[in-house]
Amino acid sequence: MKPVIVDARRLLCPMPVIRVQNRVKELPPGTRVEAICTDPGALNDIPAWCRINGHKLIETRTEDNEYIIVVEVGEDS
Amino acid sequence: MTRQRKAVALISGGLDSLLAAKVIQQQGIHVEGINFFTGFCVEGHTHAIRQKDRARPKRNNALWVAEQLGIKLHIIDIVEEYKDIVFNPKHGYGANLNPCLDCKIFMVKKAQEWMAENDFDFIITGEVVGQRPMSQRKDTMPVVARDSGAADRLVRPLSGQNLPATLPEREGWISRDRLYGFNGRSRKPQMALAEEFGLKDYAQPAGGCCFLTDAQYSVKLADLWRARGEKQYEMDDIMLLKVGRHLRPRPHFKVIISREEGEGNFLQGYRKQFVSLLTTSHAGPLALLDGAVNDDDIALAARLVARYSQGKQEDLVELTVTGLDGRQQQLSVKPLGADEIPQEWYI
Repeated sequence: MKPVIVDARRLLCPMPVIRVQNRVKELPPGTRVEAICTDPGALNDIPAWCRINGHKLIETRTEDNEYIIVVEVGEDS
Repeated sequence: MTRQRKAVALISGGLDSLLAAKVIQQQGIHVEGINFFTGFCVEGHTHAIRQKDRARPKRNNALWVAEQLGIKLHIIDIVEEYKDIVFNPKHGYGANLNPCLDCKIFMVKKAQEWMAENDFDFIITGEVVGQRPMSQRKDTMPVVARDSGAADRLVRPLSGQNLPATLPEREGWISRDRLYGFNGRSRKPQMALAEEFGLKDYAQPAGGCCFLTDAQYSVKLADLWRARGEKQYEMDDIMLLKVGRHLRPRPHFKVIISREEGEGNFLQGYRKQFVSLLTTSHAGPLALLDGAVNDDDIALAARLVARYSQGKQEDLVELTVTGLDGRQQQLSVKPLGADEIPQEWYI
């Protein structure tokens, strides 16, 4: 299944985290969310947010000047 | 069976809120954190812009604190609602444009709403009596409890023994004896408690967490309101106030000049919203013109921007001007001399 895209380009932290958090709230466990960010701070903040709130970090990667963070919604969300 | 009591802690990312949450956690209470994003939070933003800051660790301290405590953290965007606090603080501003008392009341009120929606029992803050001149005084801390509506469900664990007993204490959910009686501006008691908890790495205390407490930032915001004839801002406005040199050569426009590559890259993102200038004959900054400008204004701004380029000593510097419609024109100007830039242009 295709991941749900969260476009957080041009947003500075913590806005990318807030965008991911608010989208994840609406999704069932197991759904994957792909956040596209331009603030490198998201590479730390979104994984930290996942660890705290029980979501699974699937991968982080950099493409050109964009940072892609893929998250799987946890059971206890 | 006794119900598990739950508290929501306001987590700023600083030491006080970390300790306050920990003190309550140690009394067997289930704690979750809440962090409010106003748009003026120092946390996170500028290190994403300036090149020199990109090498620093980019830790969001509120998330980090939550991780240390092993609690969930809910980050709430209050940018729109917060504007009314900035424009019309009932209790006035502090030394700059910081509406600290109204801000604290508002945040506790929002926490109280969250508490009710999520079936939590009380609220924790890291406030300490006498620590801050406006929002953390013996006479204003009860105002926060009263005006926020949280009343006796607001617990300040670090100063609890200096304050009237709260509902969680009276009901026996928490023990007053295990709260603290800190007061005043000294940070030593907090540092000692951090040591006791085995906390070595925490955000350095005493740094403000809000740009509105910064004198230079407040001057720029006041200038923006004056130029627009009303107290108003959008998210882009408050971001741009954090970036570059700001000079106002004429009342109806200002020039935002990048100071280094990172700021130049950041300002690039705004080129469709502003007339922009970039030096081409010499290395130099990117600049945005904020306001309705005519050809004379652009020529003046070009001379000013040329002053900040590598060609500042040359007779002529060439620049590309990009209009709001994307059309470009070339200008060749004599850079302003240092003595031609009046001090009052600098915001």
